[in-house]
Amino acid sequence: MIETAIFLLFALLAVGSALVVVLHRNPVYSTMSLVVTLVSLAVLFVLLGAPFIAALQILIYTGAIVVLFLFVVMLLNIGREEIGQHGGMLQKVLAGVGALVLLGMVGSASWGLYGGAVAKPLDEDFVSLTTLASELFSSYLLTFELVGLLLLVAVIAATVLAARPRSGERVEQEVEVAAGPAAGPGPVTATTGDAVLPREGVR
Amino acid sequence: MLFDLLATSVKLVFFLAVFLAAITPLMVWVERRFAGLIQDRPGPNRLGPLGLFQPIADVGKFFFKEDVMPAAADKLLYLLAPVLAVLPALSTFVFIPFGPAVEVGDRVVPLVVSNANAGVLLFLALSSLAVYSLVLAGYGSNNKYSLIGGIRASAQLISYELAMTLAVVAVLIPVSSEAGSFRLTEVVAYQQGHLWNVIPQLLGFFVFLVAMFAETNRLPFDLPEAESELVAGFHTEYSAMRFAAFFMSEYVNMTTLSALCATLYFGGWDLFGFPEWAAAALAGLFGPLWLWMGLVGMAVLVAKTGVFLLLFVWVRWTFPRFRYDQLMRLGWKVLLPLSLLNVLFVSAMTLAGVY
Repeated sequence: MIETAIFLLFALLAVGSALVVVLHRNPVYSTMSLVVTLVSLAVLFVLLGAPFIAALQILIYTGAIVVLFLFVVMLLNIGREEIGQHGGMLQKVLAGVGALVLLGMVGSASWGLYGGAVAKPLDEDFVSLTTLASELFSSYLLTFELVGLLLLVAVIAATVLAARPRSGERVEQEVEVAAGPAAGPGPVTATTGDAVLPREGVR
Repeated sequence: MLFDLLATSVKLVFFLAVFLAAITPLMVWVERRFAGLIQDRPGPNRLGPLGLFQPIADVGKFFFKEDVMPAAADKLLYLLAPVLAVLPALSTFVFIPFGPAVEVGDRVVPLVVSNANAGVLLFLALSSLAVYSLVLAGYGSNNKYSLIGGIRASAQLISYELAMTLAVVAVLIPVSSEAGSFRLTEVVAYQQGHLWNVIPQLLGFFVFLVAMFAETNRLPFDLPEAESELVAGFHTEYSAMRFAAFFMSEYVNMTTLSALCATLYFGGWDLFGFPEWAAAALAGLFGPLWLWMGLVGMAVLVAKTGVFLLLFVWVRWTFPRFRYDQLMRLGWKVLLPLSLLNVLFVSAMTLAGVY
């Protein structure tokens, strides 16, 4: 009873805040809505009996990745999106039709898979940390290592892109900082101080 | 069900009363007196014995000050930021154990508000949410100094959280390989059977200690407020109780992180069997054993936490502030590799059966 109420509350919150992420015109508000979405999802994970995944969800996504989003949004000083900036009537209609088709496909597929079946509670073993770890390091070892390699390549690429050129023209400081603190964002304050003031869209 | 609910609320109120209501005003007094001691001046000494009533007067002042909001502020975010500062600060302490499992009547009650399996991770997860309050305060104020403070905070907190989490992971490895779980109560139980973790995990402890200062924005790492560069950083535009909310969350964060540090590295509520012995002796005089166990365990935990709080104050009035590039270099090029090395070392030692 209580669990159903909590589920409904946070499911609605997750969907609602996800809509705000897409629809709000101020990117800072969108990013903060994303935080609400992720925290609601973490609560749903706890209800499914997987507190470990919930903790990781908050620790990694809410606590680090979205903070970086916010960092970049604020550093680049992205203002409020102008109304009617892009897209005509045709684009809007097509987008609506496309969304309906996608919803229908996903809906019918999941109905075919799970329709009518009573959801079985996840058993303790399936969500336990031990199972997760042993699966990750046995059945999915290759995938796991490949993903690690991919991330390493991405980090190296970001570092190379952001590195200060030895000679020639100066790269803009913002690019260097936005690529991540690993690049050593020394003069952050020097560049942001002046660029910040004429901010539109806060009021 | 009703009993569990009651037990949890009693523990919650107890913890709130001891840790947060009492320690925060006391720490303000300690901080100012200690500053006086270091700078060879008396500090606040007029109100009450040794100036002890000064914090009460400060609280009164905060209540009656005018609450100014900048006209150009983003109202929602500006008002939300102090709330977001206090919430994670007040919720993380529920994972800190302050005594062993005790018997109340015929039930066994663990002396920790939430004994969740992933307790340490939830602690770190919740405390990582504190960064949003600084960032939103900086953005919502619509002031360039505030914004710079907020941006500094976001990069700083992420950088040091990584090293801190890895230091904590290294503590959990030998504990979970022995006990099969890494509840914080198991961490304390592990240290009752072995040395305190600070000896085998000396490197991890130092990484944790430095990260602790950075995570609470305390002086060598207080760049988000940096009063000599940014006026008052992210809370420049806040006054009265909203400012007090930031102030309080800083002290509460210091307290809970000190308590976590004491629990991870210094045996938590345990002191070589002293709490059990003292509780048994006191229960022989009057009162139930479980009550004394909780009180003595809490007293030991508070004493250990107090040592770290004093260290916080001592460091604040002794060391100058880092430059921002030095801060980033320390976080990413020194602490992160050190904590990774520590994880490898501890894993190898655990596999070899030394730990």
